[in-house]
Amino acid sequence: MKNILLEGLYILAGLVSLITAYMAYKDKELKTRTGTAVFWFLLAFTFIVGKYVPPEVIGVAILIMGGLTAFKQVNFGSLKNAPDAFREEKSQKFGNKLFIPALTIAVVAFAVGQFTDLGGLVGMGFGAILATIIALVMTKVETKYIGYDGSRLLGQVGSASILPQLLAALGALFSAAGVGEVIAQGISGVIPQGNILAGVIAYCVGMALFTMIMGNAFAAFAVITAGIGIPFVYTQGATPWIAGALALTAGYCGTLMTPMAANFNIVPAAILETKDKNRVIYSQVPLAIVLLITHIVLMYFWAF
Amino acid sequence: MLKLIGVLIIVVGFVMRLDTIAVVLVAGIVTGLVGGLSVQEILSTLGSAFITNRYMSLFLVTLPVIGILERYGLRETAARAIRSIKAATSGKVMTTYTIVRELAAAFSLRLGGHVQFIRPLVYPMATGAAEMNFEELDEESIEEIKGRSAASENYGNFFGQNVFIAAGGVLLIVGTLGELGVEVTPAQVSGASIPIAIFAFVYAAVQNYLFDRKLAKRLTAKKTQAED
Repeated sequence: MKNILLEGLYILAGLVSLITAYMAYKDKELKTRTGTAVFWFLLAFTFIVGKYVPPEVIGVAILIMGGLTAFKQVNFGSLKNAPDAFREEKSQKFGNKLFIPALTIAVVAFAVGQFTDLGGLVGMGFGAILATIIALVMTKVETKYIGYDGSRLLGQVGSASILPQLLAALGALFSAAGVGEVIAQGISGVIPQGNILAGVIAYCVGMALFTMIMGNAFAAFAVITAGIGIPFVYTQGATPWIAGALALTAGYCGTLMTPMAANFNIVPAAILETKDKNRVIYSQVPLAIVLLITHIVLMYFWAF
Repeated sequence: MLKLIGVLIIVVGFVMRLDTIAVVLVAGIVTGLVGGLSVQEILSTLGSAFITNRYMSLFLVTLPVIGILERYGLRETAARAIRSIKAATSGKVMTTYTIVRELAAAFSLRLGGHVQFIRPLVYPMATGAAEMNFEELDEESIEEIKGRSAASENYGNFFGQNVFIAAGGVLLIVGTLGELGVEVTPAQVSGASIPIAIFAFVYAAVQNYLFDRKLAKRLTAKKTQAED
């Protein structure tokens, strides 16, 4: 039952991507409209029929999508939000009621995840559908904006929206090629096998350092979990969801300390016109270090 | 050792700011090749992992309603709520923003942002509070208020988001561990993200409290009229 419902939601997600492809193709102001449209069409294809075609075909589709982004063919077009005056007027009119549909998604996701065996994802899907209906009734907006505004937001997120899925696929390739074992062997010279505290420190600090180097905790998670997490933490008997949750936020501590995470640290400094472009990082370093140590302590005592 | 070339490609590619998706794909393919997989095996591993992890992109179904709400002034309404914060000191302005931002993130409301909230609202409010309390703000104090205002957005955003059961980070953990043979559920991971969310907020509040005290030491307090 759960899987049938999920498959239905994937079709809905695919439709959002398909409409985005159509909007991009129709967008005369978008110079790369063909490439952009192909990218979103292929994503829609993987969502809607992905389960029924051979995985090699999906692999090829992903390579094409990667080629399109590599050659900067996937861009955001000219879809617009409403004018400032309209938004201000509606904001005055509806006030805090606007939060109701927005919160519906999380509340339904939580409730379905907690009280049924359908899981939070199906809950989020139901929540989104219910929220859309509430928003339509409340605002009386023309239904064409369901597709228009969905495409607008997806276009703004852009090709980065498939990054988590790709990183999971990278993890699968690393695992098939045995990368984890190689890193584990290299590190086992430094970390004594079976020393849980050393493993926990290596995992948390490794996440933070790798995130600082790459500026991206998601990518660090795939690499460090395969190399350090599995041999030195998970197979030592860690409660996996606790270790996993803490490892990712340990990576976020690294994000707070690196200019590589430009979106979070350098761009804001520019927006605020600070004298020193690393000002935001200076403010964050003390908290990041204390919080990283907290991660190590929590993982050591709580996950074991 | 050669198998680590994929890791090297990722690091070099990210540091050089090459296209993220292309870098990840190249790293995966090269790793597969040096790991002895055939081209077909690489494609099918890539494809089937992509398909089993489609749930990570299920947030697509929430985009239409969020887009419509933004069209009808969701951000403007949130900005009004932030503006109504009554806080007496710079640190308290930032602490209040962090808790609001963190709770919003935990409910998957993406209502923050340095452009939308920090520059136009939080930073002026924090500076305003300091100007109320002290005679003249020196340059260093203004710089620090800027840095800390931006940080208050990052703290709330980073450490609140994984409390939501279908957050991108939560699904990444579930999916990546699954590919490595460790099964966990989104509900377990989001639950395990709560303690750090609390710690992050408490630390932020302490940091802001200490900052208020530092300002009080460094700057001259405004005399109230009663004392004149």
